Amino acid sequence: MKILVCISQVPDTTAKIAFTDNNTAFNNQGVTFIINPYDEWYALVRALELKESGAATAVHLITVGKADTEPVIRKALALGGDEAIRIDADSNDPYLVSLQIAEYAKSQGYDLVLCGKESIDYNSGSVGAMVAELLDMNFLGFVYKIDVAGTTVTVTREIDGGEETNACELPLVISCQKGVAEARIPNMRGIMAARTKPLKVVAPAAGAALSNIVAYEMPPAKSGVKMIDAENMDELVRLLHSEAKVI
Amino acid sequence: MSILVLVEHSQGIFKKKSLEAVQYAAGIAKAMGTSVSAVAVGNVSDSEMQTLGAYGAQKVLHTTDGRLDNFNSRAYAKVVVAAAQKESSKVIIGLHDTTGKAVMPRVAARLQAGLVAGAVGYPDLSKGFVVKKNVFSGKAFAYVNISSDIKVLSLMPNTFPVVKGDGTASVEKLEVALTDKDFSVQVKEVSKASGDVPLSEAELVVSGGRGLKGPENWYVLEALAKELGAATACSRPVADAHWRPHGEHVGQTGGTIRPNLYIAIGISGAIQHLAGVNGSKTIVVINKDPEAPFFKAADYGVLGDAMEIVPRLTEAVKKYKANQG
Ligand SMILES: Cc1cc2nc3c(=O)[nH]c(=O)nc-3n(C[C@H](O)[C@H](O)[C@H](O)COP(=O)(O)OP(=O)(O)OC[C@H]3O[C@@H](n4cnc5c(N)ncnc54)[C@H](O)[C@@H]3O)c2cc1C
Ligand SMILES: Nc1ncnc2c1ncn2[C@@H]1O[C@H](COP(=O)(O)O)[C@@H](O)[C@H]1O
Repeated sequence: MKILVCISQVPDTTAKIAFTDNNTAFNNQGVTFIINPYDEWYALVRALELKESGAATAVHLITVGKADTEPVIRKALALGGDEAIRIDADSNDPYLVSLQIAEYAKSQGYDLVLCGKESIDYNSGSVGAMVAELLDMNFLGFVYKIDVAGTTVTVTREIDGGEETNACELPLVISCQKGVAEARIPNMRGIMAARTKPLKVVAPAAGAALSNIVAYEMPPAKSGVKMIDAENMDELVRLLHSEAKVI
Repeated sequence: MSILVLVEHSQGIFKKKSLEAVQYAAGIAKAMGTSVSAVAVGNVSDSEMQTLGAYGAQKVLHTTDGRLDNFNSRAYAKVVVAAAQKESSKVIIGLHDTTGKAVMPRVAARLQAGLVAGAVGYPDLSKGFVVKKNVFSGKAFAYVNISSDIKVLSLMPNTFPVVKGDGTASVEKLEVALTDKDFSVQVKEVSKASGDVPLSEAELVVSGGRGLKGPENWYVLEALAKELGAATACSRPVADAHWRPHGEHVGQTGGTIRPNLYIAIGISGAIQHLAGVNGSKTIVVINKDPEAPFFKAADYGVLGDAMEIVPRLTEAVKKYKANQG
C-alpha cells in the first residue's frame, strides 16, 4: 500500500494575524510557518505508523506551494516518510490545490491519500473531498480512527449528529482529526535523515483558480469586557437577554 | 436557473440549519431575480417538504433510494449534481457541516465550479460574486470572489436568524441513476448522539476548564447547561485528564464552535483554546483570576470562585425563565 499525505503550510497558531497592501494580502512579516497541525499530528503520524507496522510500503508527502514552503516540508520529512513532492504553485483556491494533488497522484498509483480535516489558515475543509472526486475515489471525512487489514480500511468518523464506523476497500481518501494518532516530536536522527531525502519539485498541471481572495478584514474589536458583580447574576441574565440578545 | 440548496433532515424533520440555508438561498435568489429549488434525500413526507416554502423554496426535488439512508458523499454529490443540471442552477448551496463539507467540494469539483466553504454573508453581486468567510480560525474574514460560471457555497450554520414566512413548496420526484460503486462504503455502525444538541451545532454552550478542579465538580456546570438548554464543552487538559469525553474538547486541536453564547468557566483563555471559540457571538468568562487572558476576549466577565458563581447564575436563569412564563 502506497500512502500520500497532503501537507499544507500555515502560520503558527500564536502568530499575529495582520494584512498589508490595503488589506489584500496576508502580512507574513515575522510570522513562523508550521505544518498544519491536523496534517502533522494525525495524517502524517498515522501514515508512519502504518508503514512501521508493515501495512504500508511507502509514505510520500505532497505540498502545493512555492519554494518558501520547503522548510516546512523538510520538517515533515524529519518526522518520517520516504520522499516529498512540492508542486510549484501558489493558490488559496481549493479547486486548484486539489487539482494539482489529484493530477500528481493519478500517475503514481497511491492506494491511500491522507489529509487533515482542515487547514487552520483558510479553513475550507474542502481539499480532501475534492481530491477524492477528481480521482473518482471514496472519501471518508473527519475520521478519528483508521485501521487497515489487507485492502480493507476501517474508520470511525464524525457524521452530522453522531459517529459512524465504516469499512471501505482501497483506494480511498481520508481526512483526519484528533484521535487518529498521537503527535510525535522529530528526533535528531530524523532531522539528519530528512536532509538527504528526495524533495521532488514538480511543475503545476494546467488549470486556473476558480476563486480568489479579494480582501481581508479583521473582526470588530471587542468593545471591552463588561464586569458583572459576582453577587448579581440576575444582572448578567438580564444583559444576556436584553443587550446581547442570546437568551 | 434557480438557486439550488441541499437540505438535511433528521428522521424526516428538516434541521434548523437547513431552513437557514433555504432562507439564505432565497435571499440570493431575490437579488438575482430567480427562484429556489431544494433537493432532499431519503425518507421525508410531502407535507414536511412543502413547509420549505415558508422559508423561501418554490420547489423541492426529492430523491428516494433506500441506499441513501446512510450518508455517502459520492452518492449525495451525484444527487446534487443531477438536481443542479435539471434546474440549470448556477448557484448551489449546502451547509458547512460534516455533510456539506464532504458533499459540496465533490459537487464543485465535478462541475468545475468555484467553492466558498463556510460562507458567513450574502454574495456581493456588485463586484462579481464576492462572499465573506472566516479565515485563520475566526481571527479574520476574507472576501472571496468566485469567477467560474457555476458557484458553490457552503453556509456556516447559525449565521442568520431563521424567520418563518408563509408559502408552500411544490414537490417533484428526482430520479438519479446511482450505481453500486456509489455505495461502496459499508456502514458498520452508527451512533447518533440522542436527544442532546450536538456541540458543533449548539447555539448555547457552557464550557469548563481546569479551574473546576475535578470531574466531581462538573455537576454545577451541568446544572447550568440543563437550565439553559445548552451543550457542554471543555478545555483540552480537561479532556486529556479524562474528566470529560474527548468529543467535548474545543480549541485548535479539538472542535471549532460558533455558538451565540459561550460561557467559559475556569478556563484561562490560552490562544489555542480561543482558536476554537472566538467565533462565538457573545462570550461570558467566569474566572477567579483578574489577569486571566480570557477576560480580554470576553463580552461579560464575572470575577470569583466558579463553585459559588455558577449555581447563582443557574438560579438566576431559572428565575428569568419563570418570569418569561
Ligand atoms: C499546540 C497546542 C495545541 C493546543 N490545543 C488546545 C485546544 O485545542 N484546546 C484547549 O483548550 N487547549 C489547547 N492547548 C492547551 C492550552 O495552551 C492551555 O494549556 C489550555 O487551554 C489550558 O486549559 P485551562 O484553561 O482549562 O487550564 P488552566 O490554564 O490551568 O486555567 C485554569 C483557569 O481556571 C481559573 N480558576 C482556578 N480556580 C478557579 C475557581 N475556583 N473559580 C474560577 N476560576 C478558577 C484559573 O484562574 C485559570 O485561569 C493547546 C496547547 C498547545 C501547545
Ligand atoms: N497547499 C496544499 N498542499 C497540500 N495539501 C493541502 C494544501 N492545502 C490543503 N491541503 C490538505 O487539505 C486539507 C484540508 O485543507 P483545506 O481544504 O484548505 O481546509 C489540509 O489539512 C491538507 O492536508
